Amino acid sequence: MSETILRIEELKTYFFTEAGIVKAVDGVSFEIRKGESLGLVGESGSGKTVTAFSVLGIVPKPGKIVGGKIVFKGDNLVGKTEKQLLPLRGKEIAVIFQDPSSSLNPLYKVETQIKDVLLAHKKMTEEECRKRVLELLTLVGIPDPETRMLEFPHQFSGGMKQRVAIARALALQPTLLFADEPTTALDVTIQAQVLDLLEDLKRKLGMSLVMITHDMGIIAKMTTRVVVMYAGRVCEIAKTEDLYEQPRHPYTATLLAAVPRLDRKKTLSIIPGNIPNLIEPPSGCRFHPRCKYADTKCEQDQPKMEEVGPDHFVACYRWKELVLKGESTNHDK
Amino acid sequence: MTNESYLEVKHLVKYFPVYSTGVLTKKQVGKVHAVDDISFDIRKQETFALVGESGCGKTTTARVILNLIEPTSGEVYVDNENIFKKFQSADKQEKMKIRRKLQMIFQNPYGSLDPRMTVCDIISEPFVIHGHLPKEKRCERVYELLELVGLEEYHAERYPHEFSGGQRQRICIARALAVEPEFIIADEPVSSLDVSIRAQILNLLGNLQKTMGLSYLYISHDLSSVRQISHRVGVMYLGKIVELADTDELFDSPLHPYTQALIEAVPIPDPKIKNIKAGLSGEVPSPITPPAGCRFNPRCPYASAECREQSPELTEVKKGHYIACIRERT
Repeated sequence: MSETILRIEELKTYFFTEAGIVKAVDGVSFEIRKGESLGLVGESGSGKTVTAFSVLGIVPKPGKIVGGKIVFKGDNLVGKTEKQLLPLRGKEIAVIFQDPSSSLNPLYKVETQIKDVLLAHKKMTEEECRKRVLELLTLVGIPDPETRMLEFPHQFSGGMKQRVAIARALALQPTLLFADEPTTALDVTIQAQVLDLLEDLKRKLGMSLVMITHDMGIIAKMTTRVVVMYAGRVCEIAKTEDLYEQPRHPYTATLLAAVPRLDRKKTLSIIPGNIPNLIEPPSGCRFHPRCKYADTKCEQDQPKMEEVGPDHFVACYRWKELVLKGESTNHDK
Repeated sequence: MTNESYLEVKHLVKYFPVYSTGVLTKKQVGKVHAVDDISFDIRKQETFALVGESGCGKTTTARVILNLIEPTSGEVYVDNENIFKKFQSADKQEKMKIRRKLQMIFQNPYGSLDPRMTVCDIISEPFVIHGHLPKEKRCERVYELLELVGLEEYHAERYPHEFSGGQRQRICIARALAVEPEFIIADEPVSSLDVSIRAQILNLLGNLQKTMGLSYLYISHDLSSVRQISHRVGVMYLGKIVELADTDELFDSPLHPYTQALIEAVPIPDPKIKNIKAGLSGEVPSPITPPAGCRFNPRCPYASAECREQSPELTEVKKGHYIACIRERT
């Protein structure tokens, strides 16, 4: 397939809190290819957002990247200074956050907020800036952009605010866009509009998109490849269709079976127990306390990523013997 | 589920006044039409779901039914008794009797449990308020309730912060069950929980219904979970019910354009089905100045001049399937 633009190798990001060291991301490796839509799924605390923040170098205190590599276009980003990272942020790698109400500055007009991004990276005249802002707002489908660009965020609805945030992220045509739960704060009909917009823009601009979400429905619709995370580690990487058809990791399979679907009723399977505490994560495979297939080996040793098929990797000792049910197969009837 | 109705809502209306922001004078300049003349009934041992987007009036409906806020007008009957009259009557005993029958589970288990009380205190508080259980039996009953919702005896001495979201929601359920209610309103009980935990709570609610014969009003914006646990569904839009039908009927053959668009907008966790589309343009109008005629007409792809003038009534078009749309009748 096409070339890799970002490669994450054994990334470790820990948070040094008073209660102890939280191993939020603990040895995560995957790659993002040019022009693809990659899904990053997992429950809260699985480390999806921290992975994205590590790439952008915006891990909040007391968090720190303590190991691993993040290679973007042949360049390792780990260990770079703030000054060295600035030209990348916004220009090469951009991000859309979950809650547009708090990611836009309430004190500035929409025009100013987008202009700031432009001026931070490029020399542009006032007139050029204005034109570009107009272009961008039109691109993301804000009606009557000439008047709306002079308004403040509070005058926009949730869906419209997210469109502004998307316009701001795309201002400099980044090659890689992280969308961190971009529609969680929105209503379903507005969510569908924003997802359509993102898909459309991705195609037009040819960028790579990383969708971070816990919604298996959005993953199915939007992505071509998926990375499944659990408790700070990657447990499975596969093409979206393969993942839903033939999941290889017990966590992926139970997660799929636990999600209700609209087009039919099904028996919801339960993942017993709770998400582990990351200060003292379980030994061995992190999923073993909740896994019904776990044996002593799973308790002791940490499984490595193994290739189980074309573009399909899994970190599970027992993948060969297990027959797991996917979601695409109609196993209810 | 039986066919006997347990709770009946008749022409319920709730407006919230909007005031101008004067310094000395406070003048009412309008009202939020939060719930605008809705009627439905909930049967014994049934789960009735109210769905809709934020601001459509689902939660207000729940709060008005429980008289946590006063209705503007309308009535609610429980077992053919007008409960609003009882709530207004001075007799405290009568009021408590109704309160014992109707309980609520809130959306956010982090906000609905007092952080300074132990689980035992939280679950036994209803016993103190209603006084229906002698002191010496309370502890035993707390253990029973904990077991019922899948927690252990030793959890009783702990504080809410020691629990995860799913476990907290279990505590909330145990508290609601403490007074042996007949009817529970669950307001988005799983939306703040993780996917793997959601299924646990949904299954728990289903099992409790079977063993204890409870009726539920389940309020949610998550259509997939509604399909999973409810028997009948009412779809709300801007304070009105636009469609009401049995769950399978509603999801398999929705008739109102809003319901259709809502269902189409939900992504299905199966990459082979890429059906979702943004059928609706625009956003929900302000409930302070709702559009004239059918409230959905500015966003409706089929709206005609008639829709802008006439406000359609909820009418039965098939057995048990009601919609409020002019087009469907002709």
